[in-house]
Amino acid sequence: MARIDLNHIRHAYGANPKSDKDYALKEVHHSWEDGGAYALLGPSGCGKTTLLNIISGLLHPSHGQLLFDGQDVTNLSTQERNIAQVFQFPVIYDTMTVYDNLAFPLRNRGVPEAEIDRKVRETLEMIDLASWAKKKARGLTADQKQKISLGRGLVRSDVNAILFDEPLTVIDPHMKWVLRSQLKQLHQRFGYTMVYVTHDQTEALTFAQKVVVMYDGEIVQIGTPEELFERPRHTFVGYFIGSPGMNVMPVTLVGGMAEIGGHQIQLPSPGMPAADGKIELGIRPEYVRLGRQGMPVKIAKVEDIGRHKIVRTRLQNHEIAVIVGEGQEIPAEPHIAFDPKGINIYADSWRVGGQ
Amino acid sequence: MDKTWNNKAWFMVLPVLLLVAFSAIIPLMTVVNYSVQDTFGNNQFFWAGTEWFEEVLHSERFHASLGRNLIFSAIILLIEVPLGIIIALNMPRKGWGVPVCLVLMALPLLIPWNVVGTIWQLLCRADIGLLGYSLTKAGISYNYAADPADAWFTVIIMDVWHWTSLVVLLCYAGLVSIPDAFYQAAKIDGASRWAVFRYIQLPKMNRVLLIAVLLRFMDSFMIYTEPFVVTGGGPGNSTTFLSIDLVKIAVGQFDLGPAAAMSIIYFLIILLLSWVFYTVMTNYDAER
Repeated sequence: MARIDLNHIRHAYGANPKSDKDYALKEVHHSWEDGGAYALLGPSGCGKTTLLNIISGLLHPSHGQLLFDGQDVTNLSTQERNIAQVFQFPVIYDTMTVYDNLAFPLRNRGVPEAEIDRKVRETLEMIDLASWAKKKARGLTADQKQKISLGRGLVRSDVNAILFDEPLTVIDPHMKWVLRSQLKQLHQRFGYTMVYVTHDQTEALTFAQKVVVMYDGEIVQIGTPEELFERPRHTFVGYFIGSPGMNVMPVTLVGGMAEIGGHQIQLPSPGMPAADGKIELGIRPEYVRLGRQGMPVKIAKVEDIGRHKIVRTRLQNHEIAVIVGEGQEIPAEPHIAFDPKGINIYADSWRVGGQ
Repeated sequence: MDKTWNNKAWFMVLPVLLLVAFSAIIPLMTVVNYSVQDTFGNNQFFWAGTEWFEEVLHSERFHASLGRNLIFSAIILLIEVPLGIIIALNMPRKGWGVPVCLVLMALPLLIPWNVVGTIWQLLCRADIGLLGYSLTKAGISYNYAADPADAWFTVIIMDVWHWTSLVVLLCYAGLVSIPDAFYQAAKIDGASRWAVFRYIQLPKMNRVLLIAVLLRFMDSFMIYTEPFVVTGGGPGNSTTFLSIDLVKIAVGQFDLGPAAAMSIIYFLIILLLSWVFYTVMTNYDAER
């Protein structure tokens, strides 16, 4: 296992990138800890798979360096980097048995057969497929095949990192939970460095200790699930994480207060730094209170999703979503109020001040 | 649940049935008709029973052409299948090279068969043909019209030139259907070039290869036009394959009875061998 350093990495697929627009990946400079579980989260085309392929060595970055435990591996081949990768669609060797599938990477590396046997049996136990060892791999279900793909990585004791590229896409919903918790267990027991690419926030938030949110070729925030929820660094994070996402509306800052359409809103910390550019206020639907006090709103739509209701309200021409409890009634003349501890202020989409 | 029986549906099958009847069943039945009777023209027929079949099955001439044909099919399968796979593996997967290669590969398949024969006949002539003349000039004795080995060489090279493309195109179709992730995973697993071929590419080409082998076997076993144009079955009988022999008997000697019996035996052999090929290969496939 290794620490991964991404040293000013940029990547463009075209030959002669001129402006920032030509880069699929703009300036990534981070350090990922040894034994950490990281999820790369973002919409399609945000560069997360590009970043993953750069780490695995399937792509060579246009600029920058990649280090495993301080050693430069930028110019090493995939094989030399000693990583494991699980792909979106299960990759198995159809014609081999489950056992041979797992033994394959070891045999290719010339490991003695006795050692192979020990490692393969151990790995079969880990991924819970011991009773399938002699079966042909092609007859297995999608989730079992995906476990074989994973097993081919686990069987090599010296892998630097295990990379996952949306591994649960083709798995049935109920098996997704099972696999995800097995993955988490494996991580806790053996401390692999894991990097997990997904566009599903639930997957990312349940799997990872640190979620790396990417947007338009950039890492916009790395944080624990809680940090991403409470203090999104960028309005995109607020919008992308949460269901529904964060409400964002333009405001003007006057003293220690924010002003929107003539209404004054109390901010969490009075000493807000002066900020230039487009100022916006972000608040999650969970922190908006619907009642008889505060700012008068119109109700556009109520979505009852079982556990709670999502009320889509309109404050002048801003749409604000509110989450209210299942039993709570909606007043005839609705007003909303913002809980100060859920308020974040953004200047040009980036969060300013506080904590 | 009650099923509604509607016999009108049979009328829908009728056109196809008629078509097949006129194109296959009726001509086949006339052959069957000839094979069990003797005729001297004037539409006079005498019952012959299985006489013609026995004659053909015991004829050394038939054994000889059957043997030649089996050897020919075996040789071209042994050359065309591996060669086709090798070419397909080395064809580009993207870029401008793809259409260029595909067109080049498709060209021999688009040429009428007798033209293929004519091309090779001219090419191999020792007096004016590019290949024949060059070989002769280089001091290699080469004459497909006189030397049986040279005749075989010519016919085989011609068939390889004509039909390897079919194997290539089928294999190529199998290869491009393999997702990139398989190659990437193989790289990560440290697989050698051979292991990639053996465990990823070959299993994925399995089905198309089965079709390729079947088609090439059937076609080569029925080969007529090209060797007829180039060697005419000679020198002597050295390149007289089954269908050339059959035409000689039927149209040359007008022995309609034996020719008809031979056609049926010929047809049954192809059917049987194709079935064996298919069964063996699909079983092998299912076992793994």
